Amino acid sequence: MNVFLALTFSGIALGAVYFLAASGLSLIYGLMDILNFAHGLFMTLGAYVAWDVASHLPASWGAPLLFVIALVASILGGALAAGLTEVIIIRPLYGRPIGQILVTIGLDLAVVGLLLGGFGSNSLSVPVPLWLIEASHVGGLSLPNSDFVALVAGVIVLVSLELFLRQTRYGITIRAGVENRDMVSALGINVGRAFTLVFVIGGAMAGLAGLLYAVVFSGDLISPTQGDSLLIFAFIVVVIGGLGSIRGSAVAALIVGLVQDYANFYLGSHPGMAEIGNLSVVLLLALVLEWRPRGLFGSTL
Amino acid sequence: MTSAVSITDLHVTIAGSHVLQGVSIEVPVGGVTALLGRNGVGKTTTLRALLGLVPSTGAISVLGTDVRGWPTHRIVRLGVGYVPEDRDVFAGLTVAENLRLAERIDEPRYDDVYAIFPELAERTRQRAGTLSGGQQQMVSIARALLNGWPLLLVDEPSKGLAPRLVSELADTLERVASLATVLLVEQNLAVVRRLAERIVVLDHGEVVHAGDAVELADPELARRFLGVTGAR
Repeated sequence: MNVFLALTFSGIALGAVYFLAASGLSLIYGLMDILNFAHGLFMTLGAYVAWDVASHLPASWGAPLLFVIALVASILGGALAAGLTEVIIIRPLYGRPIGQILVTIGLDLAVVGLLLGGFGSNSLSVPVPLWLIEASHVGGLSLPNSDFVALVAGVIVLVSLELFLRQTRYGITIRAGVENRDMVSALGINVGRAFTLVFVIGGAMAGLAGLLYAVVFSGDLISPTQGDSLLIFAFIVVVIGGLGSIRGSAVAALIVGLVQDYANFYLGSHPGMAEIGNLSVVLLLALVLEWRPRGLFGSTL
Repeated sequence: MTSAVSITDLHVTIAGSHVLQGVSIEVPVGGVTALLGRNGVGKTTTLRALLGLVPSTGAISVLGTDVRGWPTHRIVRLGVGYVPEDRDVFAGLTVAENLRLAERIDEPRYDDVYAIFPELAERTRQRAGTLSGGQQQMVSIARALLNGWPLLLVDEPSKGLAPRLVSELADTLERVASLATVLLVEQNLAVVRRLAERIVVLDHGEVVHAGDAVELADPELARRFLGVTGAR
């Protein structure tokens, strides 16, 4: 039973990271109809900016402070990368979906190539405080502290996003834009500004996801291709949850994280089943699409 | 400024179809100008082109300003309220959120709006998607009235409404027309006869007649341009 509970907790933590990665993607598609294949790049750049900032600051500041700074840097790095991408690359391509897909794939390949050239293919280590790699004992369970960080980050982002979308004028504009972009413009609202904001928010969450994924699941190591790996699961979460639905992304991320974790543990040790976790997620996607083609939560925010 | 709207040689092509073929319209300041014509002749497209919602060529002046190439939100902020065909309320948003989105001035005229549509004041927390067609039309018109703007573009407001509601709607539009210039697209000739002072008739993407609304009393004009054989 304890094993099952520990697995459940780590699955939820994995789901929290998937949610961070997917929510921005879902917002961007929901409002702007853009399948943004550069979203994985925002995750990677967030992690690299965090590593770069933290590694250039004096170690005497202490690992806890450096880690907090790294978290902030990952958010800002992802947000900046996403904002620039929207303004410079996406904006001239509105209404041209094939162009958007091609250019975002190209951007991702180009920047990942630059990172490989600049930093090499070896993973880099992000400085983290000691307590983050330790575990806490709760009710007889030994739970990694990094999982708690991922979980808390996921909950904070979910609550913040919900409050933003429900209570603020920009949030209401975004929800309205998902329904009818032209009508938002016809009320005198600059939808382009809202689009940039959505990209910035999505990029910020992606940057945070990139760093937390490294901290929680990759032994504090970041690599140029980690965002692309995470992007696949982010897309699956978005499709299962329903395009444009933040709550859908949250629920789907939890389900995907749990299914992947359970499958890996209970089935992954059998011969030839090493990738059963990933396969089970793809099967889950197929089942959900068969049952509800628009995803669990349709296309509403 | 003698014209609230001045359109010259407006062309619009949508999906390879030449929808507007050199439309020129003058809408004087004040009163109601009705844009008439059979279904599919380009009335809604004219309004959408005026707002920059579809690409067009030609000259468009709104409230004395040349708006060629302007984005929609800038044109609207000149002082244009828009009531689209099919209402286009944001179904997932509450009535209050729909109205809040339309606020463009420091002190939106909620008192005026709720005086015209008292029912909306009681339904501020209701999702717009759960309202009846008539109530959704109220929200759509209320959004356009909230800022007290001088020009309203109103596209088929009576479409899909019960006869009793059409009569109430005409009352409302009559009050609105006393405060702003209205360019009205409407199929219901009874409403047009009651409200409009001027008419512009479109056919096959061109203006085929422009004149005084009293001309609608001529059954030959109604039959020839609008395909109507009797008074509705």
